[in-house]
Amino acid sequence: MADTVAASGQGTRRSRRRGLLWHARRNPSMTLGLAILALVILGTVFASRLTHYDPILIDPLARLKPPSAAHALGTDVVGRDLWSRTIYGGRISLLIGITVALLTTSIGLLIGLVSGYNRTADAILMRIMDGLMSIPAILLAIAFMAFMPASIITVVAAISIVEIPRVVRLVRGVVLSIREQAYIEAAVISGSRVGRILIRHILPNTLAPLSVQATYVCAAAILFESLLSFLGAGTPPEIPSWGNIMAEGRTYFVLAPWIILAPGFMLSLTVLAINLLGDSLRDLLDPRFARRL
Amino acid sequence: MASASERSMSESEKPLLQVEKLVKRFPVRGGVLGRARAFVHAVDGVSFTLRAGETLGIVGESGCGKSTLARMIVGLIQPDTGMIRLRDRRVSGLSPRQMRPFRREIQFVFQDPYASLNPRLRAGTIVGEALENFAGLSGRELTDRVATLFARVGLHPAQMDKYPHEFSGGQRQRLGIARGLAVGPSLIVADEPVSALDVSVQAQVINLMMDLQQEFGLAYLFIAHDLAVVQHISHRVAVMYLGRIVELASQRSLFSAPLHPYTEALLNSVPLPDPATRSGTQVLAGEVPSPIRPPPGCHFHTRCPLAEARCRTEIPPMTETRPGHFVSCHVRAAANTSP
Repeated sequence: MADTVAASGQGTRRSRRRGLLWHARRNPSMTLGLAILALVILGTVFASRLTHYDPILIDPLARLKPPSAAHALGTDVVGRDLWSRTIYGGRISLLIGITVALLTTSIGLLIGLVSGYNRTADAILMRIMDGLMSIPAILLAIAFMAFMPASIITVVAAISIVEIPRVVRLVRGVVLSIREQAYIEAAVISGSRVGRILIRHILPNTLAPLSVQATYVCAAAILFESLLSFLGAGTPPEIPSWGNIMAEGRTYFVLAPWIILAPGFMLSLTVLAINLLGDSLRDLLDPRFARRL
Repeated sequence: MASASERSMSESEKPLLQVEKLVKRFPVRGGVLGRARAFVHAVDGVSFTLRAGETLGIVGESGCGKSTLARMIVGLIQPDTGMIRLRDRRVSGLSPRQMRPFRREIQFVFQDPYASLNPRLRAGTIVGEALENFAGLSGRELTDRVATLFARVGLHPAQMDKYPHEFSGGQRQRLGIARGLAVGPSLIVADEPVSALDVSVQAQVINLMMDLQQEFGLAYLFIAHDLAVVQHISHRVAVMYLGRIVELASQRSLFSAPLHPYTEALLNSVPLPDPATRSGTQVLAGEVPSPIRPPPGCHFHTRCPLAEARCRTEIPPMTETRPGHFVSCHVRAAANTSP
């Protein structure tokens, strides 16, 4: 009897794994997004193997050089190699994007679960979230940056504060609809306490929309970091990030447009790839699309 | 097919469940501030008792408060006034923490076997949840106990690893029953457990419930709108109309000699296969009045063929016209009470 149980369980798992591969093949935009993203991630992770220039080494003799054999993407105003700066800068951008996505979804999930399930907590938490959402995102982030020492952690915190309310609203909405289900009442009658009900019965329902939201947050965070850095309120200038490179290149745009173009192109490409991934993930997880897939 | 009332039943036992003057009103909110403008009188003073091992069937039309009554007894909602006692211990008006120990005793079988099973959990996990919570079982022990329950309700233990959508409606309701049975309750409240099922499957589930009652000495509060089902499974039957019990009697007494005009109308509305017996059928005129403004006096007077002047003002008390046969009707109580 135990063998039958094990066998039927394995069957379910196997078919699900095959399903995922099958979906990936049938979903070109997801495959494209994943491929671009994989290239960008590999490129930034192995940045030291892809260039022999130090991204912050100043070379006054090679200032504002256009792309050439020596410097594939040219140099900036103090002679730093732009290819080198772009791939190293990608590390910071991706790091911030992924960290913010993880941080925001986990904090947002926690607040959203509590807020959706407990009316008293909801009244307090949602007013705070409304307050945060009523301040323009860029002002809120700049204000936060102004009070904190400039560092990557501060940038991550500033962007997270802006993004958390959106995640909270999403999770809360799911919790509010699930908690009315009869199977939640059944769990109460089975003697399950709030913690078990939240984790076993409600949490799994939030994971699909949350993972889609995480990709959007990641893309938004990468853009936001660039925006903050471009405005001079983001990543400290000594650390290359796509936003920083563009901010420094802005003044010399007419003289040396390549400075701003390389990181700008990479930024667009990465955000596009993440959004492609998010869109196809949403289609994959949305039951309304299930029949088409 | 032996009728439930013919099974042995000791009359002298103390009641397992006592329900006294239970009232539940739901506010109807409106306007800008969402203040309660009116109340839906869902349950309006319901009292009854239930002995261990007994089945009390509760019948009534949709909206008569059957489900609200069931949900109050299992503690999903709290009554506004009135008292629910289980073996002389109060189980109404308790906090979730205080209610928890009683949940082992009172279990619930849901009407909808689809919505009441979490689609993301395996059947074995769903059935075993109460065992994890109350018996602290896990691992091998839990699996073995759940497998036994599966076998007992007529499911194959290998189906423990399946998800609810892989089961048929009848199998799902068996899962619901296994879940209710898991912690060894003394009372199972079943809110229309078979009304969502096909007729052939209904009989299987009803027979399963009756077998389990024999085996475990369960008491059932069986809510239904199908009179044939209630007649088959119940020892006693209560008829509800607009939040009140209008007649409460043994199954045999109620179905052979109904007293309340509403019960008569309900019994007459059951289609009979023999066209000859349909003579003298009376069909109720009009609609059930709104539970937001129930009629004064006897709630049934607006549709009652026997209504007198005092029916419009005075609520008829529950009167025992025959031993164990209670009716809430001025006219019929007066005509049938032996002095």
